[in-house]
Amino acid sequence: MKLLTANFLSCAVKACKSSPLSFPLHFKDAELASKSVPYNPILLSNLLPRLDWPALVTSSSELGFTLPQQKPEITPFTPTSSEDGDAVMSGAGEEDEKTLRMLHKVLMETEVVEGKMVCGSCGFEYGIHQTVANFLLPSHLV
Amino acid sequence: MSRPEDNLPPDLYYNDTESLKYTTSSRVQAIQATMTNRALELLSLTTPSLILDIGCGSGLSGEILSESDPPHTWIGMDISSSMLAVALDREVDGDLLLGDMGQGLPFRAGSFDAAISISAIQWLCNEDEKGVDPKTRLSRFFDSLYASLKRDGKAVCQFYPRDDKQRDMICSAAIKAGFGAGLLEDDPETKNKKLYLVLTVGGEGNRDITGVVRGMDGVDVYDTRKKLLEKSKGEVKKGTKAWIMKKKEQERRKGKIVKADSKYTGRKRGIKF
Repeated sequence: MKLLTANFLSCAVKACKSSPLSFPLHFKDAELASKSVPYNPILLSNLLPRLDWPALVTSSSELGFTLPQQKPEITPFTPTSSEDGDAVMSGAGEEDEKTLRMLHKVLMETEVVEGKMVCGSCGFEYGIHQTVANFLLPSHLV
Repeated sequence: MSRPEDNLPPDLYYNDTESLKYTTSSRVQAIQATMTNRALELLSLTTPSLILDIGCGSGLSGEILSESDPPHTWIGMDISSSMLAVALDREVDGDLLLGDMGQGLPFRAGSFDAAISISAIQWLCNEDEKGVDPKTRLSRFFDSLYASLKRDGKAVCQFYPRDDKQRDMICSAAIKAGFGAGLLEDDPETKNKKLYLVLTVGGEGNRDITGVVRGMDGVDVYDTRKKLLEKSKGEVKKGTKAWIMKKKEQERRKGKIVKADSKYTGRKRGIKF
């Protein structure tokens, strides 16, 4: 379970759909691992507007690292012709590059291997086993 | 050929042996690859995107998403834990979730750029347990899929319906959820025919579903909406002579006594009186 995925997941229980507490799910007893993933700045800048920053700050503080309270601003780039195959961006300042690297590390490369995700509204626990989260619900909760 | 859907529910059918057999079969691999490429072509994504793979299985389709140009990031969901175990062994790039699409997708609104599903959604039509209604499961799935895609988003679902009834059930559930929907059939009239349900979420670029296949080679468009429009146009206006004749004919067929038709039928009475 990457933090990126966790930022999009909310509680699947029907009664929680309308509750603001059902997002984000809170990590419990999490065991972390780092997996190297190719760096993709265009994807990250596409994703940034869609990220729920307060939720990301909450979940990363539960996992033991701190992020700035404010959502970082990034100037939207226009990809230049990639000369050396590696996505080269025009107008990407050093500051943006640093932010994107940081986001990449947190969102893409940090994985929860074992642990639980708990809904803040109903308290249902979703187990995470070998990075795979179990979102199967007992039929009375659907 | 027997359909796996007819034997067991998906979480039991794809056990350890069946999952491994499915994933290592070169025939299955080739078919999955062509279907995923076709789905990607239909999605026509130009930037690296976040894609949801519903029924990702062992990640055969996901691998193609990661290796495509531009490379996409995907999140996969499947109900069979054995399939996901095979995916873990193969060290796929996407993030995996164990979940049942018929229970709805657990994502917040506007999460994904696109969604694909290869040979999965026909499983929703099964009634595996008592008290499980396929229609409810289908509508739960499509409603939550509609919500989790962003505006202008697209989804392509390849599926194997048992018959036309099942196909129509799936399509109508998708339309009910709010999608613009179209069906693409590859290799029609052959045993290898493949059905793709193309779904769009409202937005400027997605006004018309036929726009998805515009500019693609070898695609004929059959627009049933046009036929419906013409049909409604063809209906005669109430009060006209044609309408009166139609009504008289109807009554006659019922066996009622109806005044004979003449040149005066349907004419306005003069104001001489």
